[in-house]
Amino acid sequence: MSIDEGTAARVAKLARIQVAPERLPALAEEFSAILGFIEQLNEVDVDGVEPMVSVTPMRLKRREDVVTDGGQQKAVLANAPDAREGFFAVPKVVE
Amino acid sequence: MTEFRTIAAARDALRKGDVSATELAEEYIARVEGADALNAFVHKTPEIAREQAAAADARLKAGDAPSLCGIPLGIKDLFCTKGVPSQAASKILTDFRPEYESTVTTKLFADGAVMLGKLNMDEFAMGSSNETSTYGDAVNPWRRGNDETKLTPGGSSGGSASAVSADLCLGATGTDTGGSIRQPAAFTGITGLKPTYGRVSRFGIIAFASSLDQAGPMARDVRDCAIMLSAMAGHDAKDSTSADLAVPDFEAMLDGDIKGKVIGIPREYRMDGMPEEIEALWAEGRKMMEAAGATLRDISLPHTKYALPTYYVIAPAEASSNLARYDGVRFGRRAQLAQGDGITEMYEKTRAEGFGDEVQRRVMIGTYVLSAGFYDAYYNRARKVRTLIKRDFEQAFADGVDAILTPATPSAAFGLGEMAEADPVQMYLNDVFTVTVNLAGLPGIAVPTGQSAQGLPLGLQLIGKPWEEGELLNAAYALEREAGFVEKPAKWW
Repeated sequence: MSIDEGTAARVAKLARIQVAPERLPALAEEFSAILGFIEQLNEVDVDGVEPMVSVTPMRLKRREDVVTDGGQQKAVLANAPDAREGFFAVPKVVE
Repeated sequence: MTEFRTIAAARDALRKGDVSATELAEEYIARVEGADALNAFVHKTPEIAREQAAAADARLKAGDAPSLCGIPLGIKDLFCTKGVPSQAASKILTDFRPEYESTVTTKLFADGAVMLGKLNMDEFAMGSSNETSTYGDAVNPWRRGNDETKLTPGGSSGGSASAVSADLCLGATGTDTGGSIRQPAAFTGITGLKPTYGRVSRFGIIAFASSLDQAGPMARDVRDCAIMLSAMAGHDAKDSTSADLAVPDFEAMLDGDIKGKVIGIPREYRMDGMPEEIEALWAEGRKMMEAAGATLRDISLPHTKYALPTYYVIAPAEASSNLARYDGVRFGRRAQLAQGDGITEMYEKTRAEGFGDEVQRRVMIGTYVLSAGFYDAYYNRARKVRTLIKRDFEQAFADGVDAILTPATPSAAFGLGEMAEADPVQMYLNDVFTVTVNLAGLPGIAVPTGQSAQGLPLGLQLIGKPWEEGELLNAAYALEREAGFVEKPAKWW
């Protein structure tokens, strides 16, 4: 399947990665090559096959739904690029 | 100081008091300091190593010394280490210093291991040559005879492989999503084990593809891998996919006796255009297993050729989800914003600047295969083929096969930059023999067994049954003894 520049731009937007317009043709070409490779999977008969959910059959452990951690505001904010007054700071989102 | 080839030899000397952990640490700190040309260690932690060595000496003196007590190790940059830079070789995690410790490093340190520093790797473990790292390439200590061309140590655990191969540490942690422990181990003449999915906790390991990622040991030989695995493995309440199974003493299971064991030889691993020397290596390996008393059996794993395309749907899909967290808000690097930029521009600029080309490519491929209208055609189909790939192995094991022998890589280490012009799919072919194992959740180990015509190390892979790392290690031990690979790279760095 061939990916056009418009599709490449849309995927970049969905992935929240800025791509300069002049890079789109090359990107579309790379996507097409990779998806072409992936398309071999269409040869496989998968009728009646369950999609894999877990590679090892296991029942995930359960526990009481209680608070087990917390009170670590300083640690949580320690690596933030911009933290103020105990919050993460970001550009204005609401006008 | 006496030269120690292995963890086991150093352990015995430490316990006897022939050497102290502090002496050992100083020796290895100096080696790391003198090996910048390999670019294997990217964050050095000599102060931590000295503190840990002093504590190890106290334990050794008190007679309370687990196998790894006082052993100098390197830690892949993918593992979060408290207060020490842990950035998955990505620009987007510049200056990130975790507030917590990964379970694997917690366990290693609890056993008294000494951390020399953090090791180079491909960015977010996406790569097969260590060339996608923000730190620059790690370099293979091996060379093609007298040719000074710099070679790749493989990837993604390239720094780990280079460091162990060059004797900068006695062992290293690696992680393996499609071959990232086994391929670099094979390229550098060392031994690397990817355990069964769920054997080792993933807590605190920066995630790439969560259903495939597994940490494991990279060391000089099979015994050292056994020692490290016993220390790294075990159930962890912080990783719901870690198995609640007892961890055996893997080292105690090594006797090299594989008489009567059935070793499967999968015909689908005989690839078109496979180099003659890989074919010959594999044939030699089959003879070695027979000489050790095993029986060979030709088997078929019919869906092998679909493993790589399956992987290149599932791994990017999971990566696109896992890497959504790098948004410039909670940790890591945020791009400089222009006047009037809103939050969307912040995300888009941060991720464009912070992720390298290969990571961007995979995140976008993953986004595409998960997007509305393509989810069934790509992602669900790949998950179905994955079921079939796993079923192939289950069938072989049900028919009485105990382990499977294959080449580890389709070639010896290639030159850094030699693949620069190739399209991404060419690079992906490096994982052709290893990726099936991740898709099926099985344990696999790469063992060095020979050398290429140019004098580079080559390895074979053994694949085992789920949770049977002990038996797998023992088969690998038998292969190692038959192969007798002891060569090391000549020091040039």
